[in-house]
Amino acid sequence: MDAIGFKFILFMIAALVVIVSSVLMATRKNPIHSALWMIVTFFAMAIIYLLLNAQFIAVAQVMVYAGAIMMLILFVIMMVNMDKGNREETTKASWSLGKKMAAALLMVILLVELLFGALFYRMTARVGDYPADAVAAAGNAKTVGALLYGQYLFPFEVASILLLIGIVGAVVIAKRNK
Amino acid sequence: MFQEIPSGLCLVLCGIIFSIGAIGAITRRNVIVIFMCIELMLNAVNLTFIASGNAFSSMDGAVFVFFIMTVAAVEAAVGLAIFVMVFRLQGTVNADEVNLLKG
Repeated sequence: MDAIGFKFILFMIAALVVIVSSVLMATRKNPIHSALWMIVTFFAMAIIYLLLNAQFIAVAQVMVYAGAIMMLILFVIMMVNMDKGNREETTKASWSLGKKMAAALLMVILLVELLFGALFYRMTARVGDYPADAVAAAGNAKTVGALLYGQYLFPFEVASILLLIGIVGAVVIAKRNK
Repeated sequence: MFQEIPSGLCLVLCGIIFSIGAIGAITRRNVIVIFMCIELMLNAVNLTFIASGNAFSSMDGAVFVFFIMTVAAVEAAVGLAIFVMVFRLQGTVNADEVNLLKG
């Protein structure tokens, strides 16, 4: 195509959507609105994963984050937060000016540091064994699956045990004890 | 045709998203919104892994993101159960009012 390229334009649009919706997520007063903007963020991020040749991770992102985790968060917001919507403003005013300035300074330092690292980082590692066109020829999910059940088998099993512990722990913690 | 997106741009995007998540986690008072901001920071790290893996033609980034997602799911389940429990005990999920450990 032309000099800029279709994927690049798509990437810029998705990046813009991610930034705007995450800012909206962090600033909305109503937690339900925050959660809905978070879902928009996750979908736009899945598009970016697709553009970066990570199809399996993009699908997992939509299923795990936008599907499972956000649904859980929405349920908990509805269980917990029914009439506490405007409690937030009353305590927010108690922040002193110095505290606010310190937080803002900290965040500016963090952002500048991250941007500095991102812009001036030179990629010097050796090129890996999975060039994008070879992975696309073999199938992305197949390659990830071969790695997960081959080289990373033990961490995979540990992750499954961790999920089991998470299920049991969540039930035990949330159970209403008589 | 596979690497049209410059990886520096991706890393800049990751930095911006991570900073937004960190600002939200520090300034918000509702623990559920703080939790969502932490998820946003985790997502920024995921994006860094994917971008770097794409730039290095490596698949390890995707595997790491898979494990990070697993940990995030477990964290969501246990963390939200803890929030429900705290709400039952304290009647609020405001981080300023849940200060029993303050002594």
